[in-house]
Amino acid sequence: MIKRSFLGFSKSHLSYETISGPPRDPEQVPVPEQAVYIVKAAASLAGQAGLAPGLKVKTGQKLALGGEGGAYALSTVTGKVASVEGYSGDFGNDWTRIVIDVAGDEQADDLFKASADDIDLATAVAFLGPVPGAPSLSALADSEKPIHTIIVNGVDKDLLSVTAQHTATSDIEAVTAGIGVLKKISGVEHIILTVQRDVIPGYGHIGAEAKAVDPIYPAGFPVNIMRDVLGLAVPNGKNPEDLGVCFISVEGVASIGRAVDSDKIPCDKILTLVDRDGTRHLVSARVGTPIAEVFKFFGITVKEKDQIILGGPMTGQAIFSETHPVQPDTDMIIVQDGADIPMASGYPCTNCGDCIRTCPVNVPVNMLVRFLEVGQYEEAADGYDLYSCIECGLCSYVCIAKIPIFQYIKLAKFELDRINTAEAANE
Amino acid sequence: MNNSKRFIVSHAPFWHDGSSIFEKNYTIMLAALPALFLGLATYGGLAVGVIALSVSSAIFWELAMNHATKRPITIGDGQAALIGLLFGMMLPVTMPWWAVITGTLVAVVIGKEIFGGIGSNPFNPAALSVAILMVSWKDLFNFDVMLLNYDLGFAMAYPLASLKHFGVESVAHIDPLELLFGRQTGGIGSTFGMGLILGGFFLCLRGFIRWEIPVSFLAGVFFTALMFHIVDPTRFAGPFFHMFTGYTLIGAFFLATDDSSSPVNFIPMLLYGAVGGIMTVLIRNIGVYVDGVVLAILVANLLSPVLDKIRPKAMGKVV
Repeated sequence: MIKRSFLGFSKSHLSYETISGPPRDPEQVPVPEQAVYIVKAAASLAGQAGLAPGLKVKTGQKLALGGEGGAYALSTVTGKVASVEGYSGDFGNDWTRIVIDVAGDEQADDLFKASADDIDLATAVAFLGPVPGAPSLSALADSEKPIHTIIVNGVDKDLLSVTAQHTATSDIEAVTAGIGVLKKISGVEHIILTVQRDVIPGYGHIGAEAKAVDPIYPAGFPVNIMRDVLGLAVPNGKNPEDLGVCFISVEGVASIGRAVDSDKIPCDKILTLVDRDGTRHLVSARVGTPIAEVFKFFGITVKEKDQIILGGPMTGQAIFSETHPVQPDTDMIIVQDGADIPMASGYPCTNCGDCIRTCPVNVPVNMLVRFLEVGQYEEAADGYDLYSCIECGLCSYVCIAKIPIFQYIKLAKFELDRINTAEAANE
Repeated sequence: MNNSKRFIVSHAPFWHDGSSIFEKNYTIMLAALPALFLGLATYGGLAVGVIALSVSSAIFWELAMNHATKRPITIGDGQAALIGLLFGMMLPVTMPWWAVITGTLVAVVIGKEIFGGIGSNPFNPAALSVAILMVSWKDLFNFDVMLLNYDLGFAMAYPLASLKHFGVESVAHIDPLELLFGRQTGGIGSTFGMGLILGGFFLCLRGFIRWEIPVSFLAGVFFTALMFHIVDPTRFAGPFFHMFTGYTLIGAFFLATDDSSSPVNFIPMLLYGAVGGIMTVLIRNIGVYVDGVVLAILVANLLSPVLDKIRPKAMGKVV
């Protein structure tokens, strides 16, 4: 954990990790005995698509739920479905958890192979959504928001992580292939690869423009990249797609390239694992591997009252069970010792202004938090720039009163969203 | 699931930079010590008593209010002790015990607790209390009367009172350097200018107070006093005299910088400090009060929320 420096006169910076030295190969976690997938759709839809316990699946096969959304996971193992059940996700969302018992011999599913050679956007959306890196292909396919620029993001979003950097520096071949596929299926010619300023090797031949991003948190956030690289300000309540810019993770692009080149669905997710003492491992694990298996492989024992964090120290999410799987967008797993967890307090804001000086987008956090604390979300959104917040967590990080500001902000956005949805439904 | 381990699930961010209100308040008290020690050395045991009573009674009042309002006990954060310390540092050493206790009662209860405790006070509690006591018992803050029986080897006339009542000539012989090194009468901990400047500088460097406020406050004092002095040097004292006498330095570094009663944005901080500095000299030069610092700070406190409306545009804001 990075502490406040002795001199607080100037604004302190949190720097992203930079890989140094020769590229290292990630350590491969063996295929687990049970693989777990979480699909962001209700479990009741599973029956419609015939997804039920006992179904035999091959590696690379789609595990599709029925219904309009057509949400699906990709099996990364060969075996038999053990269970399909409801799962309560973030903010109580109704999701589905699919468990597969892994069988001995691995067999590849060949449904994708048939269309891989002549891939188009619809095929990519249908087969390559949940590949490692979770490329946001559906955003490309949205006809209401035409995309003119694709940003292949090779900068890690959060601190400590080296996942995106590793792919952007060590897997250039697959990235180049992926960029070629993206151009072909989307028709977008303007593709930019963003990389951290310190790690620019030769990117002359990859078919995309390479742009450097400062290694200072939160420069890797899409909105910051829009501002720093493209010079575009994303208005409140809009996202980059509304301005015709689509962000795809560099690992997602590499997965697309690898899938089309080899006619096989890629299964291995690269991730950064940080142990409680700060030791960092670069890991390659099948998507769907329960996190307990990753810990077992590295000899990490997690104790009662520790915290397991998916994502980064600033924006990640704590999970409550070791059976939670590695997902296509899991870039990092952190084990935090129970003693190191900073606790929020019930203190009020003392108006010290540290949040104001640290906020990268000039949100008046000191005023905002006063409204959020008492649930006046609409006033907060109208008068105090709630929707300008990019959710980097720096305000909570520096708060001397240890107010859970970030949590208040997330809750406010969620509640406002719910109110707006309910109002729209009533009209 | 019953036999599996239970983990802590908290919200991001999972890191904190380790700062705390406790650390901040105690560092500010630490920074006030050089100025305080010279005062204690000058005035002796009685000064120790006044400071001890001030700090302890301030803590007591906060504890009493915590109980009376059935709120969590907050005396551990050091805020009450800091208020007591700063209040004590502004008192003449002969302050009667009942006045010290009344002062901290006003500071902690009226200045802070009735507004909702830490973070909610619209005025600096210590400055508010000094102002109320000054108006209520004028003689208690008449340093010439209060320190009548002291002879410490330097001019025992309170410089600001001499200036007010006897004009510039009466203070013309005073060397600003003497003032800076505490060779003047005044509050227990507010006369040793060099100590206050060093302490304030330390706090600015460590980021516990915002440098914009003391800098603009002192600039306000300096330039306003300079202008008065240029216009009529026979009636108005020079800028250095105003900067190193009375409560100017303790006000600039320790009172005006109170978190909850000061603005947080850059331009508002400069304006806030400047208002405090300008008002100080206006009150001293053309007002009825001998020292205007605490009143000037209260006026600036009052303007703080309005000033803080001046803020940079948030990214992506659609007007």
